[in-house]
Amino acid sequence: MSLDISFIGILIGSIMASSVPLILAASGELITERSGVLNLGVEGMMIIGAISGFALMVITDNLFIAIVGSMLSGVIISLIFGFLTQSLLTNHVATGLALTIFGIGLSAMLGKNFVGIPGKEFPILFSSLRENIPFFGPILFGHSIVLYFAFALPFLTNYFLKKTKLGLIVRAVGDSPVSASNQGINVILVRYCCILYGGAMCGLAGAYLSLIYTPQWIENMTAGRGWIALALVVFATWSPIKVLIGALIFGGITILQLHMQAIGFRIPVQFLSALPYLMTIIVLVVISRDSRKIKLNTPTSLGRIFYKEK
Amino acid sequence: MYKNFFRYLISAIFLLGFSVNSNTDFKVGFVYVGPTGDHGWTFQHHEGRNAVEAAGIKTTFVESVPEGADAERVIRQLAQSGHDLIFTTSFGYMDPTNKVAKDFPNVKFEHATGYKREHSNVSTYSARFYEGRTILGHIAGKMTKTNTIGYIASFPIPEVIRGINAMTLAAQKVNPNIKTKIVWVFTWYDPGKEAEAAQALIDQGADVIMQHTDSTAPVQTAEKAGVWSFGQASDMQRFAPKSILTSIIDDWAPYYVERAIAARDGTWNQQDTWHGLKEGMVAMGPYNSAMGADLVKEVEQLQKDLASGKVHSFTGPIYDQKGNILVAEGKVADDGMLAGMSVYVKGVEGDIPK
Repeated sequence: MSLDISFIGILIGSIMASSVPLILAASGELITERSGVLNLGVEGMMIIGAISGFALMVITDNLFIAIVGSMLSGVIISLIFGFLTQSLLTNHVATGLALTIFGIGLSAMLGKNFVGIPGKEFPILFSSLRENIPFFGPILFGHSIVLYFAFALPFLTNYFLKKTKLGLIVRAVGDSPVSASNQGINVILVRYCCILYGGAMCGLAGAYLSLIYTPQWIENMTAGRGWIALALVVFATWSPIKVLIGALIFGGITILQLHMQAIGFRIPVQFLSALPYLMTIIVLVVISRDSRKIKLNTPTSLGRIFYKEK
Repeated sequence: MYKNFFRYLISAIFLLGFSVNSNTDFKVGFVYVGPTGDHGWTFQHHEGRNAVEAAGIKTTFVESVPEGADAERVIRQLAQSGHDLIFTTSFGYMDPTNKVAKDFPNVKFEHATGYKREHSNVSTYSARFYEGRTILGHIAGKMTKTNTIGYIASFPIPEVIRGINAMTLAAQKVNPNIKTKIVWVFTWYDPGKEAEAAQALIDQGADVIMQHTDSTAPVQTAEKAGVWSFGQASDMQRFAPKSILTSIIDDWAPYYVERAIAARDGTWNQQDTWHGLKEGMVAMGPYNSAMGADLVKEVEQLQKDLASGKVHSFTGPIYDQKGNILVAEGKVADDGMLAGMSVYVKGVEGDIPK
């Protein structure tokens, strides 16, 4: 095998591509959780986004509509979760789990007529630069617009939470909804918005899988990525930048272990397969062991039901 | 309020009992490991079920049933709810199928790709997919320029190892410099991971990709990268029209119809079926003209010879990785050896995961 510099560039490029759905879904869920809402329906929202995006692509033949539609479908399905947990005050954990089961079932039903249809090629940007610049070409260029957005998102999220007034409100609502409410903030409205935003990002993450990464619709195609995104948020201690690092480590080791197998490393394959999970947890635990910082980022009232006494 | 609730509950139980008792129709149940929309393994079993339905026999199916404890629950549920014949269509259902069969001696069970028939009401059936792999190996050996074939493997069971060996032996015959690189993904069905495995193999220099997993993701990845690929379990040509050279197609329909009718008419008996190209349980998809007319002619002949028995996929001399002889010169491997195959032949790189 060739371990030359251009090969490493290609490798990093494919690692980036594989971590996109995790970054999108985890960044969306992060905002939801920072507002104090625990939505375990990530997997369900992703799969709904995947089928909606693919179906719209087939029907309208327009990728822009497909992408926007997948985000809208994530919004709609998360609205159900929002209504149940915020307006009817149901338990977050149970409702989120139900949302996942519902999403998987609904997507299978909606997708019946879209099985076996080949997807459309998604346009990639700067493809000529990708070929002509060694090493940096495959890393920086020749990706879809969604990938660039995904890699900007953690930084935007970080800026939003730390530097903007709205971000401050979201954090206040997540930490102490009662005092936020006393300050005149509409806690329920803020939480609704965060839930819907999380839904939109999960929908986009699903559409990335069905429109760009493996362009086709097959049932259950998210295959547990929603759960990994959820775990990433926790292990990254609710920090957007660490979510990005975690997603890259997970994607990176997943790809690397496949390469190590192909090269023929004499390491038990089962160990290699478990490595992405192990390494992601270890690294994230190590880089976020400062307990003061964890306290700073953890939404104190996560998963607790809030209602305003009248 | 509670009084009413119990009243409803009791009447519901009665209704349920009545509907089960009154149901004397002959019914066939199917248990699938993946979704019917995988367009691969489960899709083909589902086509078989559709054929049974078309023959006028009532059927039901449960899809995406994980191998293990869940499987036993589902199979038991089917047996309890009045199904007379149950097809369990994945290797991992072997023990659960036999366990449930013990408790329901009047229900017939058909387990795909397994070898345990612990009770007289359990039959097993499988297809000689390795014959298709021999054809794939012949094509791959001729088409590769890098002399590297990439193989995405699911689980280290005899079925999968047999395919790897059959392919490698056939490729070596036409191209002695061939190398088979294997990546184990430990799943039957995860499009994203299958695509990543295909990409890793391509990045490692493989210019022919084949897979023993269920989704169409590997062939699409191959199409994008401009390398050759093969469809698995069903004809996947439209997913990668340029890249796919041919597909191994599983055709369960004739077998399912035959067995369902036998069970309905009371002529069903226990058996172990292993059909291949000859009987049509294994079929090949259309050959891609990019192979060139000569090679197409060659493999069409090979396909005929495999079907007639003139050529056997495992003809000696065959050596294992250490150079020990497995099948002597002039002999062919018997079915027992094929069914339990657990070592790589010479020329395959790496170890089998334990």
